[in-house]
Amino acid sequence: MSEELQDRMRQAFTDETFEILTALEASLLQLEEDPGDTEAVSSIFRAFHTIKGSGAMSGFDEVSGFTHDIENVYDLVRSGRVLPCRTLIDLTLSAADLIREMVLNPHPGEYGYQEQTASILAGFKSLSPSDEGRKRPRVVLPPSGLNPFMFSAEPGGEVTYRIRFKPVKEIFLSGTNPVLLMRELSGLGDCRVVAHMDDIPELDELDPEACYVYWDIILTTSRGTDAIRDVFIFIDGQCELNIEVVDDGESDLDTSDYKRLGEILIEKSELTRENLEKVLSEKKTLPLGELLIDEGLVDRDSVQAALAEQEQVRLARESRLRAEGISSLRVSAGKLDRLVNLVGELVTVQARLSQTSLRSQDPGLISIAEEIERLTAELRDNTMNIRMVPIGTTFSRFRRLVRDLSQELGKAVEITTEGAETELDKTVIEKLNDPLVHLIRNCVDHGIELPEVRAAAGKKRKGRVHLAALQSGPNVIIRISDDGAGLDRGVIRRKAVEKGLMAPDESIPERELFSMILLPGFTTSENVTNVSGRGVGMDVVKKSVEALRGTIGIESTPGVGTTITLSLPLTLAIIEGLLVEVGGEMFVVPLSAVKECVELGRDSARRTEATRVINIRSQLVPYIRLREQFSMDGDRPEREQIVIVRQDGQKVGFVVDKVIGEFQTVIKTLGRVFRDVTGVSGATILGDGSVALILDVPQLLEVVGKRGGD
Amino acid sequence: MTKTIMSVDDSASVRLMINFTLKQLGYEIIEAANGKEALKKLAGRRIDMLITDVNMPELDGISLVRKVREDPLYKLIPIIILTTESQTEKKHEGKAAGATGWMVKPFTPDQLTAVVKKVLP
Repeated sequence: MSEELQDRMRQAFTDETFEILTALEASLLQLEEDPGDTEAVSSIFRAFHTIKGSGAMSGFDEVSGFTHDIENVYDLVRSGRVLPCRTLIDLTLSAADLIREMVLNPHPGEYGYQEQTASILAGFKSLSPSDEGRKRPRVVLPPSGLNPFMFSAEPGGEVTYRIRFKPVKEIFLSGTNPVLLMRELSGLGDCRVVAHMDDIPELDELDPEACYVYWDIILTTSRGTDAIRDVFIFIDGQCELNIEVVDDGESDLDTSDYKRLGEILIEKSELTRENLEKVLSEKKTLPLGELLIDEGLVDRDSVQAALAEQEQVRLARESRLRAEGISSLRVSAGKLDRLVNLVGELVTVQARLSQTSLRSQDPGLISIAEEIERLTAELRDNTMNIRMVPIGTTFSRFRRLVRDLSQELGKAVEITTEGAETELDKTVIEKLNDPLVHLIRNCVDHGIELPEVRAAAGKKRKGRVHLAALQSGPNVIIRISDDGAGLDRGVIRRKAVEKGLMAPDESIPERELFSMILLPGFTTSENVTNVSGRGVGMDVVKKSVEALRGTIGIESTPGVGTTITLSLPLTLAIIEGLLVEVGGEMFVVPLSAVKECVELGRDSARRTEATRVINIRSQLVPYIRLREQFSMDGDRPEREQIVIVRQDGQKVGFVVDKVIGEFQTVIKTLGRVFRDVTGVSGATILGDGSVALILDVPQLLEVVGKRGGD
Repeated sequence: MTKTIMSVDDSASVRLMINFTLKQLGYEIIEAANGKEALKKLAGRRIDMLITDVNMPELDGISLVRKVREDPLYKLIPIIILTTESQTEKKHEGKAAGATGWMVKPFTPDQLTAVVKKVLP
C-alpha cells in the first residue's frame, strides 16, 4: 500500500470512527431506555463490525482485534443469549472511550492497550454464558501483495491438465464472464481452449442470456490444481469442473508416445470402444477424426479438443526434452571425432569452392560461395564448441593430489581454483593432465616451504597453490602459482654452469635463466625425493605442452612465489593460419604467432646476409630463410617477405617468397615417416587440393637459438 | 470508454481505499454509504461493476444486490460483495442474491485489483 494511501486511510478511519462512536453512544442510551430495542442492538453490532473491518484495513490492528471481541458479545445480544443490562452498557461506553483513545494515540508504549482492553473484555466475559465463550478468530490482514486467488504453487515441474468447464446455463446472470476465466487460466501457463458449441440452439429458440457453450481447456502449468480451482472460485457450485492430469511432467519423454486420438476420446467418454473399432475396421484413408465426424459419432469440437490435447502434450514434452538436453546429452566421443573430421573436410572443400567461384567471376556463384563460407564457419565453431568441456573437473582432481603430497612432505598447503568453468577442447584437457600434475608437484615440493620456515619468514604457515584458467582470444591461459620461496636464481645458475649451458660469468636475462629448468635432466633439487627432483618432469611438461601447440612461461619472485603460465590453443583441429609461398611450395604459419609481415628488399638482404638480423623500428630481429631451412631449390624473388613471429617474448623472422593471406587451416597429422621432421608440425589441404605444411614455430625458434649460440 | 464502478460501504476509510486503488487503475468511481443511497445514486445510470459491503444501515448489501439484479440494466454486470471472515454464510447468501463473487475484509489494494481484473473485462 502506498504511504499516501496509508496516511489518508488512517485519517479517514479516525474521522469515521469518531462519527461511529458518537452514533454508538446514542444507540447505547436508547438501548438503556428500551432493552428490547433490536434495532439499537443491530446498529451497535454494526458499529463494532465496521470499526473492526476498517481498522484492520487502515493499519489499526489492535483496535480491530478489540472490536472483534466486542462484536462477538453483541452477536450474543442479538441472538438473545446475553441480555442488555446496565453493566453491558457501561462496559460498552468505556470500550467506546478506549477506542477513541486508541485511534488518537495508536502507539502509547511497548504493550499498547493490552491491559485496558483485557480488563474491559474480562467484564464482558462475566456477562456471557460460560459455554458461549466461543472465540472466533480475529481478522488479520494478510501480507500485502499476496493474491488470495493465486496461491503460489509448489515449485515443481510443468504438468499438463485437461480441464472440462461446463457452467450452468444461468451463469451470465451472476455477472460471470467465462472469457475472463479463460484469460486467467492462460495466465497460469501455456493454454489451449476449445469451445463446444454444438448445444447452441437455432436462433429463434436461443435465449441470449443463457450460456450454451462449454469448454475443454488444455493447460500446461507448474502452479498445481489449487491454482486452477482458484480461477473458478466464484462459480463453485455453478459449474461442472473436471481437472485431470494428462501429462505429469515426468513420464517418458518420447514425444510420439502420447495417446492416440481414439484413446483420448474414449477416455473422455465421447466415444465408445466399439464405435472406434468399427470405424477403424473400415480402413478408410481419411484421418480418424474426419471419419468419426462423418459418421456422426463425435462432434467436431470434441475432435478439436482431443487434437489440441495431443499437440499440447507433445509440445510440453518437447520443451522438457529440450530443457533436459541442454544440461546433458551423452554422445560417444568417436561420433564427435567423426563429426569434427567431416567439418574439417567441409572447410577444405568450401575453401576450394571460394577459390573456384572467385576465378569464375560469376556473381551468382560468388554469392553462393560466400553464403557457404559463412555457414561453414558457423558450423565449424559450433562443432568445435561441442567438444569443449569445462576444466573444472580436472582442477578438482588436484585437490586430492595436493592433500596427499602436503601430508607426505609435512607441509600445510591449500589449493584454490578460479575459472573452473573455462572450456577447453576435450583432447587438450586430457593431454594436459600429466603436465599439470608435474607442475603442481613441483609447487608443493620445491615451491612451498615448510611451515616453520614460512612462519619465520612472516608468511602464513599454510601455503597456497592457486590454479586459474581463463580464455584469452584463441587461447586458454592456465596459471599454476604458489606463494612459496620462488625459484633460486643462484642454484639454477650453478647447475646451468655445471651442465655447460652458460659461462660462469655470463649474464643472461631472467626469463632465459628460468627457461633452463625446462631442459632435460635439469634439476635444482639437492635431494631427490619421491615427489620430484629427478630432473624428469619439466622437460616432459614442456614437450607435452608444445605437442598441444601451447607455450610455457615462468615468472618468479624470491620469497613471494612462482607462477607458471601455460597458454594453449582452444582446439587442436582447426587453426587460423597465414598462408605463405616458398619456392612454389605452400606453408602455413599459425596466425596466433604472427606479429607482422615486412618486406626484405634485395639490397637489405645482401646487407644482412652475414648477420641474418634485420632492424625493425630499431629493434634487431634475427631471421631464417625457410628456403634454406627446408633445402629448397629455385631463385629468390626480387623482393622477399619476412613474416615476424613472436613466441615467449622472442621475435624471429621467417623469410618467404610471398605472403598469400589468412587461411582456415584444418590440421592433418603427418604420417609416421615425417613425424620427426624439424620445423613442421602438420599439414593441411588447400583449396586446389594441394598440400601445405604447417610450420612448427617453437621448433624453428630453437633452430634460430642454436644458430645464435654457435 | 472509461468503466464505472460503484462502491458501497458505510465505512469511509474502506470507500477511500477502494476509490483510491481503482481510480489509479483508470476506473471512474461512484460512492455510496449504504444500499439505499446506492439505489438512489444508480437510478438507471450505467455502471460496469458494483462492489458492496454486506453489513450496512438502511439497506444491507445482500438486499441491494437483489434489488440491483432485478433491473435489466444491471442483470449481467459483475457484483462483488465484501464480507468478513466471521460471515462465511454471507458469501452463499450473496451468491444466491446474484453476486458474482466476494472479497473478504480486510483486503489489500493488490487483492482488490486482482478481484476486479477477475470479473471485469
